[in-house]
Amino acid sequence: MNYNWHWQVLLETEPGGTGSYLHYLIVGLGWTLATALAAWVIALAIGALIGTLRTTPLKWVVRAGNLYVEVFRNVPLIVQMFLWFFVVPELLPQALGDWIKQMPPPWGSYVPAVLCLGIFTSVRVAEQVRAGINSLPRGQRMAGIAMGLTETQTYRYVILPQAFRIILPPLTSEFMNIIKNSSVALTIGLLELTGRARAMQEFSFRVFEAFTAATVIYLLTNLIVVLAMRALERKVRVPGLIAAGGAPQAGH
Amino acid sequence: MSGFDFDVIQRSWVYLFREGMSFTLTLTALAMTGGIVFGTLLAMMRLSSMKPASMLAGAYVNLMRSIPLVLVIFWFFFLVPYIGAWVIGAKEPIKVGAFWSAAITFTLFEAAYYCEIMRAGIQSIPRGQVWSGYALGLDYWQTMARIVLPQAFRNMLPVLLTQTIILFQDTSLVYVISATDFLGAAAKVANRDYRLVEMYSFVAVVYFVVSYGLSTLIRRLQERIAIIR
Repeated sequence: MNYNWHWQVLLETEPGGTGSYLHYLIVGLGWTLATALAAWVIALAIGALIGTLRTTPLKWVVRAGNLYVEVFRNVPLIVQMFLWFFVVPELLPQALGDWIKQMPPPWGSYVPAVLCLGIFTSVRVAEQVRAGINSLPRGQRMAGIAMGLTETQTYRYVILPQAFRIILPPLTSEFMNIIKNSSVALTIGLLELTGRARAMQEFSFRVFEAFTAATVIYLLTNLIVVLAMRALERKVRVPGLIAAGGAPQAGH
Repeated sequence: MSGFDFDVIQRSWVYLFREGMSFTLTLTALAMTGGIVFGTLLAMMRLSSMKPASMLAGAYVNLMRSIPLVLVIFWFFFLVPYIGAWVIGAKEPIKVGAFWSAAITFTLFEAAYYCEIMRAGIQSIPRGQVWSGYALGLDYWQTMARIVLPQAFRNMLPVLLTQTIILFQDTSLVYVISATDFLGAAAKVANRDYRLVEMYSFVAVVYFVVSYGLSTLIRRLQERIAIIR
């Protein structure tokens, strides 16, 4: 394969004049993380709520939760991205829709991307939360009620603290997924890491340098997330309750 | 919703399905077949006692699972012409259409995910089965092909199919290399007629119906398979 590598390109100034290409990519990583973290907050909040509601004995609440999960799980992420970016502003009242459409870049792409990724991931979080709660022995819930706790207190003090510790490893992989999935936001114009690698390739014609640099940055990010989450797992572990290293991942 | 223009869907649906959906389905079928075959080989490598083989497969799977699919699509879109030139010994990068580029990308990318499923499947078979295979005088490949893999496939069938639904949805990302898959075809009509709301809503509904229908079928299958075991 005859490709002439030219790594110095990373230190050359990008056309926008904000600094070197390497700096340009690092700023992209900043946007990737800013998108992923904001979306993760939404995903955890909604996911925990829906996942918990789906384990309650309330039939209609469970059905509504199932509907939410099925809708957002069965539409591809990029299509959801387009719905949030192109369709939702049109369906809102005119003034609000216009205000959204006139948000200055990059916020005009950032806000829909965060909402989209947050809700897309909340479905997966909800599934994990539900699985975590269902994996606890039934006796835990009964013991809570027998101790005189209300249903809500049982969830708050007995079930959820255990369930969240159990699902920490799968949640880690969901967090890594959200970082990777944020790259889809480039289709609605958000210049995050992958989008910037693509832009760098178009400006500089250095295809493989740009993509290799982005790949290495993603790998390093993953490494840091894995190490951080392992530390968190150790910190919140209840001695004797869950084996070191967390429960084995449910395979798929 | 008052201004919803159903007419544009009526005008374009034949095109959407004939050009777009056939692209999407062909790509899904090719990548599924290739991905499962390559993924099974990777899983066998990962579980092999030969250190270099298992390390190589492990590195490949972890690399593919650590970077975004969009980036992988870009990588192969530019890389495949060089690899093609290297394979046939040409001086210049060869021209590869969006379809074949996407087919190679998705096969290689999904193989990493199918590999993890098949690895779990192979590990779910008791080791005694392998030993009895050897005791009967079968070699490694015969034991794998006749004893281990058929059972592993059967145990993992629902998961493999669920992964295929994810693959079906993921193929819509070929939008980033301007391929005319179902979403790409709809985007073309949407931009030409300035009917983005109608077209993207229609696309979402079609993807939902197909994915939900298939996952319901898989759930039924799972119930049937789970009884016999």
